[in-house]
Amino acid sequence: MNFDYSEEQQLLAQSIRQFLTKEYTFAARQAVIESDQGYSEQVWATFAEMGLLGLPFASEVGGFGGNAVDLMPVMEAIGDGLIVEPYLASVGLGGQFIARGGSQAQKQEILPALVTGQCKLAFAQTEREARYNLAHVACRAEKTENGYTLEGEKCVVLHAPCADKLIVSARTAGQTTAADGISLFVVDRSAPGVTLTSYRTIDNLRAADMRFAGTVVPAEALIGQEGQALPLIEAVVDYATALVCAEAIGAMQFANDTTLEYLKTRKQFGVPIGSFQALQHRMVDMTIICEQAKSMACLACVKADSADADERRRIISAAKIHIADACRHISQEAVQLHGGMGMTEELKVSHTFRRLTMIAQTFGDADHHLERFAACG
Amino acid sequence: MDLNYSPEETVFRDEVRAWLKDNLPDELRDKVVNYEELTKEDLLRWQKITAERGWGAPDWPEEWGGTNWTIVQRHIFEEECGHAGCPPRIPFGVSMCAPVLHQFGTQEQKQRFLPDMYNGDVFWCQGYSEPGSGSDLASLKTSAVREGDSYVVNGQKIWTTWAQYADWIFCLVRTSTDFPKRQQGISFLLMDMNTPGISVRPLMLMDGGHEVNEVFFDDVRVPAENLVHEENDGWTVAKYLLGHERLGTGNTGASKREVLRLKELAAQQHKNGKPLIDDPRFRDRLSRVEVELMALEITNLRFLDQMRGGRAPGAEVSLLKIRGTEIQQALTELMLEAVGPFAQPFRSLHATDFDQHTASIAPRYCNYRKTSIYAGSNEIQRNIISKASLGL
Ligand SMILES: Cc1cc2nc3c(=O)[nH]c(=O)nc-3n(C[C@H](O)[C@H](O)[C@H](O)COP(=O)(O)OP(=O)(O)OC[C@H]3O[C@@H](n4cnc5c(N)ncnc54)[C@H](O)[C@@H]3O)c2cc1C
Ligand SMILES: Cc1cc2nc3c(=O)[nH]c(=O)nc-3n(C[C@H](O)[C@H](O)[C@H](O)COP(=O)(O)OP(=O)(O)OC[C@H]3O[C@@H](n4cnc5c(N)ncnc54)[C@H](O)[C@@H]3O)c2cc1C
Repeated sequence: MNFDYSEEQQLLAQSIRQFLTKEYTFAARQAVIESDQGYSEQVWATFAEMGLLGLPFASEVGGFGGNAVDLMPVMEAIGDGLIVEPYLASVGLGGQFIARGGSQAQKQEILPALVTGQCKLAFAQTEREARYNLAHVACRAEKTENGYTLEGEKCVVLHAPCADKLIVSARTAGQTTAADGISLFVVDRSAPGVTLTSYRTIDNLRAADMRFAGTVVPAEALIGQEGQALPLIEAVVDYATALVCAEAIGAMQFANDTTLEYLKTRKQFGVPIGSFQALQHRMVDMTIICEQAKSMACLACVKADSADADERRRIISAAKIHIADACRHISQEAVQLHGGMGMTEELKVSHTFRRLTMIAQTFGDADHHLERFAACG
Repeated sequence: MDLNYSPEETVFRDEVRAWLKDNLPDELRDKVVNYEELTKEDLLRWQKITAERGWGAPDWPEEWGGTNWTIVQRHIFEEECGHAGCPPRIPFGVSMCAPVLHQFGTQEQKQRFLPDMYNGDVFWCQGYSEPGSGSDLASLKTSAVREGDSYVVNGQKIWTTWAQYADWIFCLVRTSTDFPKRQQGISFLLMDMNTPGISVRPLMLMDGGHEVNEVFFDDVRVPAENLVHEENDGWTVAKYLLGHERLGTGNTGASKREVLRLKELAAQQHKNGKPLIDDPRFRDRLSRVEVELMALEITNLRFLDQMRGGRAPGAEVSLLKIRGTEIQQALTELMLEAVGPFAQPFRSLHATDFDQHTASIAPRYCNYRKTSIYAGSNEIQRNIISKASLGL
């Protein structure tokens, strides 16, 4: 057993950290989130140069063949720096569908462009009444002579406004929640019949609700076998869940570090507030929770690609339950221990609070994963 | 022991309820229920409406417009207002500055300030906290130096709620540093916000709202007649006021309304094809908060009953503040979880259709973190119980 990062992983972690402290400062990030696009092309290009966009993909498409553990340092840095660029959506979700289920042609068309930063992806899955159920797909794809016609709505599609291509789940057969009959398609965001209502999210990402109205796609847009996409969707979402757990670790570690610093420097009653035992114990609990969460994130990333799907499900859900609770606890305590300052837009900790609040519910909240965990026996 | 309202109290409750039904404007109610920002006009308008009915300040002395209600009647009124979705009473004038004036003010001060507060003509704010003096309020530094028949004020306040709306501010200022204890040498001073030298800078909170401000004082000349109570003995006033401030923080009426709203919301959301409210995991958590709220309401009544004999509120108001705010926060958290993925959207980038209903829930959750920080943080409230009630 060995919990250490390899030498390459450590070097990568170091170079990302350098990038964060030099270029992705809080002030620089503020400018990015207030810009029209809501992300920075320049940062995206730097990610490509650093090799981050190719990390998990095969060498044939320009990647480095990394596993989820290789991505952990990147995700932690994203959590630490609250990076708003569409890394998880493109590399952790969109690219994974192509790499795992795509045809040779799809891989050749999309992955090299993704790796070099020329193509961004988003995953259009959630629907109005689906909540976190991945099998709930009402959006329909009707087979035509040359391909398919998409009809339906998707909600809260993260990073859709900047995506070049969307991976869209749609039903080619069966009732709304049937496991069979779900298919995946690659759709140009600018294709006719695709409309977006774009917005900013509470954690300062961009997202959109989408409508597909008679959107025509060719037969080659289908990913994998028609009607058989659910296992692939589940596997990729589990993989992305492991990654978002790693992101949470970076954000929680920042929240703890900055709160500890505040306890040592903020004075009331003539002494640092960290000298009050009531607060010391709170900080200790935050530290314990973060350590436990780190362990669960490691476990999730190590097992994210487990060949045993049951084992994978059980562990990913266990990690997400733990991380969701940890996100809530640490984010709330970090704000509370900062007093009024913790409430302000101008302090980074309030942004970390919002991101952690959302991560707790991303790809399923604790209740959802408790149900799934229990179902694994 | 009889935990029921008396027949007279029930009649009173029905009267209040009927009046609210007829007099609370829909626009105001909708704003409150949908968590929209209230304007100065909204807040003053509601004060005016209650004033016209003679209910503008129930707990004031009768000669100034008080209703002479029993403690139970006052509680019923607050509960019904919260439940109906009334705008919050602007606390700073009617509920905070006024009790101080009743207790410590001169006849001239009462005459000058109370009627305008009652009638909703003047908007007040509270200038206590400073950047270096939050929980440790007595360390405040904003200075007021007596020059002839004026005080000259210099310094800064922070977290001043609605200072951008305010016509007047009541402040704690330091008039002397010559005393051995920091609580001495503080004075309670009223200032017209239009006085030259006062400036207001907004502080944005993480929900995107503008409710708090920094207020700067640069050689502000304040007439000495605006001093309330004795110079250097303002701490006595401050402590008196803090008791009153905390009395209103339980907010059980508003929380009951939020429980109903949460139930409606959870009935509209779906989980595995069924309404979320039928999901035992979710329902259990909702029920627990409901039970907590029930316990708080009865505790509140029990304390009020003890105060019927005229006893001043003690450390028990700290309990109401802690539990009341924890419940409010728990409710915003359940709302956030209830709407699932729809908690994330925040602000539309174009003026197209956008679900404002669910988009207001996460900002509200963020905003309500304030309740365990302001009006004496919940840590400070626990310190108070520990010292004052338990003798630790
Ligand atoms: C089953 C059992 C087995 C034990 N075995 C051993 C053993 O093998 N060897 C040995 O040497 N001792 C042993 N102990 C003794 C144990 O170490 C003491 O009970 C322990 O140190 C607490 O001391 P105390 O009982 O005097 O309680 P106190 O020290 O009087 O503490 C009372 C309470 O106050 C709290 N408290 C005390 N100081 C602080 C502080 N500074 N901040 C916050 N809270 C505080 C404590 O946590 C506790 O809740 C054992 C005790 C038990 C119950
Ligand atoms: C939205 C909002 C509105 C407000 N409105 C007003 C207003 O209108 N007028 C006004 O004057 N003020 C207002 N306040 C200020 C509020 O009263 C202060 O924020 C509060 O007193 C805490 O002070 P602080 O923010 O400086 O935090 P600090 O006092 O620095 O506290 C930081 C942390 O340390 C803890 N702490 C401090 N001392 C102790 C101790 N002895 N033991 C244990 N823990 C301790 C606190 O509980 C907190 O968790 C408002 C605040 C907010 C957030």
